Amino acid sequence: MRSILLCCLAVLFLAGASPAQDQAVAFINARLIPIVGAPIENGTIVVRNGKITAIGPSASVKPPAGAAIRDLAGKIVMPGLVDTHSHVGGPAGADSSGPIQPDVRILDSVDVRSVSLQKAQAGGITTVNVMPGSGHLNSGQTLYLKLRDGARKIDDLLIFGKDGSYAGGIKFANGTNPIRATGGGFPGTRAKSAALVREQFIKAQEYRDKIKKAGDDASKLPARDLAMESLVEVLDRKKVVHFHTHRHDDILTVLRLQKEFGFRLVLQHVSDAWMVADEIAAAKVPASIIFLDSPGGKLEAKDISGENGAALEKAGVLTGFHTDDGITDSRLFLRSGGLAVRSGMSREKALYGLTMANAIMLDLQDRVGSLEVGKDADLVVLSGDPLSVYTHVLETWVEGKKVFDRTDPKDHLLAVGGFQVGESILLDHIYCFDTSLGGLN
Amino acid sequence: MNKISFIKKGTNIPLRFLLTASVILSFSAIISAQIAVKGETVWTMTGEPISNGVVLIKGSKIEAVGTEDQVKIPANYRVISAKVVTPGLIDARTVVGLNGYLGQPHDQMAIDRSASVQPELRAIDAYDARERLVTWLREFGVTTLHTGHQPSALISGQTMIVKTTGNTVEEAMVKPVAMVSVALGQSGMAQGRSPGTRSKAAAMLRAELIKAQESAKKDDPPNDLKGEIMYRVIKGEIPLLVYAEKSLDIMTALRIADEFKIKIILEGAADAHMHLNEIKASGFPVILHPTMARSGGDRENLSMETAGKLKAAGIPFALQSGFEGYVPKTRVILFEAGIAAANGLSRRDALASITIDAARILGIDGRVGSLAVGKDADIALYDGDPLEYVTHCVGTIIDGKIVSEVQR
Repeated sequence: MRSILLCCLAVLFLAGASPAQDQAVAFINARLIPIVGAPIENGTIVVRNGKITAIGPSASVKPPAGAAIRDLAGKIVMPGLVDTHSHVGGPAGADSSGPIQPDVRILDSVDVRSVSLQKAQAGGITTVNVMPGSGHLNSGQTLYLKLRDGARKIDDLLIFGKDGSYAGGIKFANGTNPIRATGGGFPGTRAKSAALVREQFIKAQEYRDKIKKAGDDASKLPARDLAMESLVEVLDRKKVVHFHTHRHDDILTVLRLQKEFGFRLVLQHVSDAWMVADEIAAAKVPASIIFLDSPGGKLEAKDISGENGAALEKAGVLTGFHTDDGITDSRLFLRSGGLAVRSGMSREKALYGLTMANAIMLDLQDRVGSLEVGKDADLVVLSGDPLSVYTHVLETWVEGKKVFDRTDPKDHLLAVGGFQVGESILLDHIYCFDTSLGGLN
Repeated sequence: MNKISFIKKGTNIPLRFLLTASVILSFSAIISAQIAVKGETVWTMTGEPISNGVVLIKGSKIEAVGTEDQVKIPANYRVISAKVVTPGLIDARTVVGLNGYLGQPHDQMAIDRSASVQPELRAIDAYDARERLVTWLREFGVTTLHTGHQPSALISGQTMIVKTTGNTVEEAMVKPVAMVSVALGQSGMAQGRSPGTRSKAAAMLRAELIKAQESAKKDDPPNDLKGEIMYRVIKGEIPLLVYAEKSLDIMTALRIADEFKIKIILEGAADAHMHLNEIKASGFPVILHPTMARSGGDRENLSMETAGKLKAAGIPFALQSGFEGYVPKTRVILFEAGIAAANGLSRRDALASITIDAARILGIDGRVGSLAVGKDADIALYDGDPLEYVTHCVGTIIDGKIVSEVQR
């Protein structure tokens, strides 16, 4: 399997050979959906050195001399999709030793050669927040990745900030998933769940105070504590909390914790959002929602509604979507936008919720999420309306390089499935529960 | 909100009819049984779709189908209009009704894990007609379910066919015993007892069939619950619904069917794209995995293009919502057909896979699956291409009664 994947990768690399980085590529005659700004019916977008260098109507934007020309008449170009919540790469964060493990990093856990990353490319996803599961109150630090091609190590996919740090958040969860009857330090009730989280944040505040008090005197510094260091980053608003929460009262508990400790927050899943949209709006917190084909499957998703998108839009909440891959398939991420519109969201906000809204939630709005000059050249070429079931992702580009091409037989196979492009084992950890601990809750 | 538009024809109701409540009630009972469904596009599934078509309903049956010019709408028929009209959809394989939407032990009744071979378990004893997922599917235009025990044991129990209406299984009933569910591959394995391997599973299944064969030779139907149902299987009265995803399991299913000359229907069949010739030669139909099923475990090789390939090969097939252990608790065949249509199946064939082709495989095409005179008046109404993400189902009619008017 591994050797076949490697072989696939090699072929992909050759087939997807892009022009040298310094050569401009001009996509002409396409319908452009820049997300920020109105669609351009016959537009040209120019990319060079991994960035967008020009965009506008074909009549006014001319390809620079020496540019490779891609005539995309009849096609649509939109920004690469941003997924705020995924489990591609088979990550496993916290283990069963305790309910709160902020020391654990997804950085140490992603299989960069996993076929799931390539399938996400096939779905037009270019930026993804890879998260640990939700079987813990805190299951560890998440990682924002660019789905570049040919990765050999996790470093090849990281997104670095100006200070050299890599981008990522931290995952919390409440509701039924972290509750375990088996004990072992895990909560047995919702109130206990909140108390355990508050306890750790208070400890982190004390840890931070000790560091502050020590000032320049290294001898007075507390002993290094990886979990505390991680939570201090949360308290200092350096790391965004991605909080798995479904039920209306659980959502309000998250908002209460946020108010108490002041951390930056993205609500994840938010199944009952339609019940508490105004409260979410009042808290000025963004929400990343998921679309399921039917309600239920677990108690806290029993009232999930497709109308969450419309309700949050109406309330004025910054709203995005996520795949929670493998709960929904990265290759069909555009479908979430379609289903949002089916249930009353505006087309404009649905497309925003696949791209720019998510970029903002990941603090990457200066780099991705829209087609604007100076941003990363992350884009998808579509065969038609992004919200139509019949539309295919034809090409995916990350930072000016083509990473998916549906006309390539290997890429086509990734896009539709087939012999040896699935996972030979079922990935239990993606299901946010531990089957060894009592089943489907 | 694009709802069904209701137009009353022939409103010149004699005043005296409106004088007493009882007369009004009986009158409305009559008009509810006399409905004209108008569609800008009517997919009859008996031929090309009709533009500006009309379906007349009298009582619980379809009275006439044709263009507006061909079919005159009698006075006093209630007229319902929608952009697109299709036959009520048929989910060729689900566990909905036995399994409920909560996913908790108390509402999961599609598998009993006390034994590996339980063909005697009847679906009728476990179906909750008022289950929320039944309503959910009905609101998308699904009118018929082939539902029953899930493929999580070698022989997990029986399946049945019901309409997505009625407050009891009796009211919903179409066919109380449809098939017997058999699972090969990983799903058929048991914990702590046999079968623990594929070979053992095949040996156990063959042993059951040999027992039934012996009874059949003596023309002596067994007197026990297990034996009597397997007797009907070996007699060819009831097919085995054999869940087989991987190549080797599909071939085992065909081998055993050939050995015992029984009727089978392949279920799941993720690797069917590798065995088009063998399946075609067998003559057995396929109830294919959901197009959007997750590609893991025995389904690692599944492809969204398999439906198109089965069609091209001339293999009869239908789509299913299947069995889900987590979220979503059920899939919706309308959505699965949409993805199949985007990946090699024509729109017509995609609709056929959830209407007439499903009806044929289930042996109920005399009653449902197409809009034809004399068939059950099971109809779904949409405000656009039914397979599109952004289209809504705006109405569902079962046996001539409007059972859903919500917009889904």
